[in-house]
Amino acid sequence: MKAHGFVHKYGNNVDTDVIIPARYLNTSDHKELASHCMEDIDKEFVHQVKAGDIMVALDNFGCGSSREHAPIAIKESGIACVIAATFARIFYRNAINIGLPILECPEAAEKIQAGDEVEINFDSGIITNMTRNETYQAQPFPDFIKEIMAAGGLLPSIQSK
Amino acid sequence: MGMTMSQKILAAHAGLDHVVAGQLIKAKLDLVHGNDVTAPVAINEFRKSGFQQVFDVNKISMVMDHFTPNKDIKSAEQVKIARDFAAEHGVVNYFDVGDMGIEHALLPEKGLVAAGDLVIGADSHTCTYGALGAFSTGVGSTDMAAGMATGEGWFKVPSAIKFNLTGKLRKWVSGKDVILHIIGMIGVDGALYKSMEFSGEGLKNLSMDDRLCIANMAIEAGAKNGIFAVDEVTEAYMKGRVNRPYTVYTADPDAEYDAVYDIDLSSIQSTVAFPHLPENTRTIDQVGDIRIDQVVIGSCTNGRLSDLAAAAKILEGRKVAKHVRAIIFPATQQIYLDALKAGYLEIFIQAGCAVSTPTCGPCLGGHMGILAAGERAVATTNRNFVGRMGHVKSEVYLASPEVAAASAVTGKISSPEEFM
Ligand code: SF4
Repeated sequence: MKAHGFVHKYGNNVDTDVIIPARYLNTSDHKELASHCMEDIDKEFVHQVKAGDIMVALDNFGCGSSREHAPIAIKESGIACVIAATFARIFYRNAINIGLPILECPEAAEKIQAGDEVEINFDSGIITNMTRNETYQAQPFPDFIKEIMAAGGLLPSIQSK
Repeated sequence: MGMTMSQKILAAHAGLDHVVAGQLIKAKLDLVHGNDVTAPVAINEFRKSGFQQVFDVNKISMVMDHFTPNKDIKSAEQVKIARDFAAEHGVVNYFDVGDMGIEHALLPEKGLVAAGDLVIGADSHTCTYGALGAFSTGVGSTDMAAGMATGEGWFKVPSAIKFNLTGKLRKWVSGKDVILHIIGMIGVDGALYKSMEFSGEGLKNLSMDDRLCIANMAIEAGAKNGIFAVDEVTEAYMKGRVNRPYTVYTADPDAEYDAVYDIDLSSIQSTVAFPHLPENTRTIDQVGDIRIDQVVIGSCTNGRLSDLAAAAKILEGRKVAKHVRAIIFPATQQIYLDALKAGYLEIFIQAGCAVSTPTCGPCLGGHMGILAAGERAVATTNRNFVGRMGHVKSEVYLASPEVAAASAVTGKISSPEEFM
């Protein structure tokens, strides 16, 4: 499994209230959620994001509420992977459960800048920054999580057993 | 090597003698919970995946609290998804307008969680039930759907930070100040992925309401769960509420902790978290002159009877400042009724407060008290993120009910000591 795209970069403590503000939680329609993704910190995101792009942030990405609407909005907007120095734990498991690939890699999170072109190999955990000619090593997923990802999420993985 | 309290509960529910931090396990669940925002997403996933029935109609709970009484057509439709599902599957613990309350106040009050339980809830503040000595953690809607279908969940066994409490809280200082003090000290990711374990001889001086408030905000330090050692206070609370056997787990004496903090409760002062993170704390004497527009007293953090009692004591015979809107929302119907009988509601109304039926409402900027650009609120809630209570240019200051009530009177962030 691989991802390849351009980077949207954010800072520390990006919380789920800014990924998808609570005022839009009265719906669970994926497309509608995606149309408001990141709007409280980056109004341009929804206009600029292209399918396959990559989101990069620093520490504690996805902190705050457990709303699965947050990874759903990110995934539906076309983002192929989120890389952060660290993730808030509920966001981490939600992303895995809905099949949005995410990687923890402090070095990549720090060095990759907005607009960089990046390729990710999920099997090896190697992140290649084509713009800067650098590579970074993230922990590849443990087998248990690979299974969930391969099935396309937690529920399909349970059903397939 | 010994196990922490959380590790013991996880091991028991996974059918293992021993677990270590970092281990991935599957464990049996005692309760799977969701609300009107997260349950509909879970239900859609449940149906889409072709599951026919829930694993146990008694071990699922749904509480309609975020946008209820329904704020608009969309929220009405969300609640209807949950209501229809609960009826179709015979979900016993479904709570709607009239018998609902804010989920994290309601479930312990109804005796649906007990010491030693393993609980997941599709709401981040599910960590609240750790106050009863349960392992309880917030998850997403997909986890909820999987939990409803199978009665199991996957977990990465957490390591733990221990808080050894001593002493006794001072007057006008409560559980909220303890947890704000701790978050200010360790930061919003200070306990990332870990358990926060509270024990020590000071525990006996903390009421159940204090503990529920402290455990509620464990997530604000990034923790997977907060958990309190079980003592007589816990047993007394569960008595008459929990009508099934439960198990009390204690941490092994040789359990390993990533860090141990000694906290003398008597040294804690009233504490306020400034925008826009719960870690931006200042003690009340360092707050300065902050004029406010709104006060919100309530939520799953501080909407319990003792919170309302503290506010009533301060507001009795006083008036809310002319330029301030004060909104009080008791966390459950029972608390509402108890506050009514105790005369608190009359005190609030005489003082010029708006008193609401239980709802999450203003806490998440949903309805019932949204802030305009440039406005400031003192709230007894748990999050002060950008735009949390309304406009992205509004500000939320987190505080105890004592500070919130005093601030309502003076119109600026204040301690009750200023006039009591
Ligand atoms: S009161 Fe606030 S924090 Fe608590 S469950 Fe409701 S929205 Fe969440």
